[in-house]
Amino acid sequence: MPTFTREEIEHLGDLARIALTDEEITRLQGELNVIADSINKVQEVASDDVPPTANPIPLEAYLRPDVAETPLTQAEALSGAPKTEAGMFVAPRILGSEE
Amino acid sequence: MTQATNELVKLTAADMAAEIKSGEVSSRELVDAHLEVIEAAEPSIKAFLKVSGDVAREQADAFDAKSADEKAQLPELAGVPIAIKDMIVTKGIETTAASKILEGWIPPYDATVIEKLKAAGMPILGKTNLDEFAQGSSTEHSAYQTTHNPWDTERVPGGSGGGSASAVAAFEAPLALGTDTGGSIRQPGALTGTVGVKPTYGGVSRFGAIAMASSLDQIGPVSRTVLDSALLQEIIGGHDRRDSTSIPEGPRPMVAAAREGAKRDLKGMKVGLVKELGGDGFQPGVQARFNEAVKKLEEMGAEVVEVSCPHFEYSLGAYYIIMPSEVSSNLARYDGMRYGLRVMPPTGVPQTAANMMAYTREAGFGDEVKRRIILGTYALSAGYYDAWYGSAQKVRTLIIRDFENAFKQADVLVAPTSPSTAFKFGEKMDDPLAMYMNDIATIPANLAGVPAMSIPAGLSDDGLPVGFQFIAPQQRDEVMYKPAAALEAALEEDWGGPIWQSMKTPWLNAAE
Repeated sequence: MPTFTREEIEHLGDLARIALTDEEITRLQGELNVIADSINKVQEVASDDVPPTANPIPLEAYLRPDVAETPLTQAEALSGAPKTEAGMFVAPRILGSEE
Repeated sequence: MTQATNELVKLTAADMAAEIKSGEVSSRELVDAHLEVIEAAEPSIKAFLKVSGDVAREQADAFDAKSADEKAQLPELAGVPIAIKDMIVTKGIETTAASKILEGWIPPYDATVIEKLKAAGMPILGKTNLDEFAQGSSTEHSAYQTTHNPWDTERVPGGSGGGSASAVAAFEAPLALGTDTGGSIRQPGALTGTVGVKPTYGGVSRFGAIAMASSLDQIGPVSRTVLDSALLQEIIGGHDRRDSTSIPEGPRPMVAAAREGAKRDLKGMKVGLVKELGGDGFQPGVQARFNEAVKKLEEMGAEVVEVSCPHFEYSLGAYYIIMPSEVSSNLARYDGMRYGLRVMPPTGVPQTAANMMAYTREAGFGDEVKRRIILGTYALSAGYYDAWYGSAQKVRTLIIRDFENAFKQADVLVAPTSPSTAFKFGEKMDDPLAMYMNDIATIPANLAGVPAMSIPAGLSDDGLPVGFQFIAPQQRDEVMYKPAAALEAALEEDWGGPIWQSMKTPWLNAAE
């Protein structure tokens, strides 16, 4: 049965890209252990002979007809961005770090 | 408020449509009447995050200006206004999912359901409140405001779609759209004495519904009558090639089924009582109203049989693995790059894109959303995937089989919608598990993709509404509309009118 340690929750915060505060980590640790306890029982009935379900209404995948369509304009696509320049999204530095 | 306004907003959507057709009222008059009620009711109800009065008036005027021939081509509800849960994107109208991370976002496109409503000439009154990203069962997790239950403003309206349910219950709108991932349309319906429908998964396009848990989410109607929901579902339903999970068929004949049901003849129909949904953990007043309603179905000729769905006890566990997993994946898109909030790291922390994302998401998401993202990230991480996510997907298969077996014995299944009536603010906020238990009876339908609806079954001992749930087989939504309309008619005869007659509405009388 999984138990959440402090370090584990910090790591999950890193993976999920959320800068959790110390107080949040403490609270989450208590809450997640209670939730984990209650959902762990799904393993009781998940035997090897039961196939998994991803989509309850399975449909055959299909492609749309290969006809050109007009997507959002550049201005529309950029309209909600926090920072733009010359028709582009502006992101903070991604490569190279002084860390 | 004038007597005329008061009477107008209490009509069913179908009756409003009939008055438009006969020329007694215009779409613009209906919009104005509802905007007036919204203004009077909002200080105490707080159902709306955004009222789009100008847009609604423009749409109403455009409809009224159409020729009789043009109007005749439109669906029955043409001209009747509607409110939209703020989880559904509306071009040009701020859409936030009740999250700070989307504050001020004006979508550059419409959801498919919004395009359909616009084509039907139905004016959009505004955007309704919800738990942040539809995650919660009381609407208390909204980043902006708490919505109050019109039956008792000290109590929650349920959630996540508490705004849509309260708006319709308080006569601020005759109709609304909701989204239902684990009960977010049906449970608020139960707690506010309104009708709420979760269609078959894939029956209504999800294009433009902000994604929470994609294999469970479904858009559906919120209304005061069964027929009104049927009329609305036929408008929003049907195939959409922009949603790869959309069923490539037209809407089912739900309106005909609702009208048939109103005749109150259920001879030949088998109703399955789900043994596992009821009894322990259900408020006695809820159980009592439920049992009386079942008796009504019998009196109308239905044969009631007990069915067992032994794996339902695992549904809450499976849901709280699958849903957060999908949430953690879907909400990864809020990265401060293309839309929404951006918060740069504090000085001393490297000003990188990764750190910007972490500080943006820390500031922009509320507690419940963070809780689910962390839980989902865990469930999907290497080493635990099989034990949790894999097991939950198998439970999903077992629940689908339970339904298949039950539907061999019964045409339609019934259960209480929610174990309790509306609870007080703050009562369950510190105990996530207690909050999750609200959805114990609604979650199985989402896991199996089957359609389900909640209608009012009367008032519990505490004077608050109780919800009665019908569940039908996949892609046979019309099957639940018939008994639902029959039960509604029989109960209203007993009550001498709709359930809302017992509700005090000081906001309607304020300016009389």
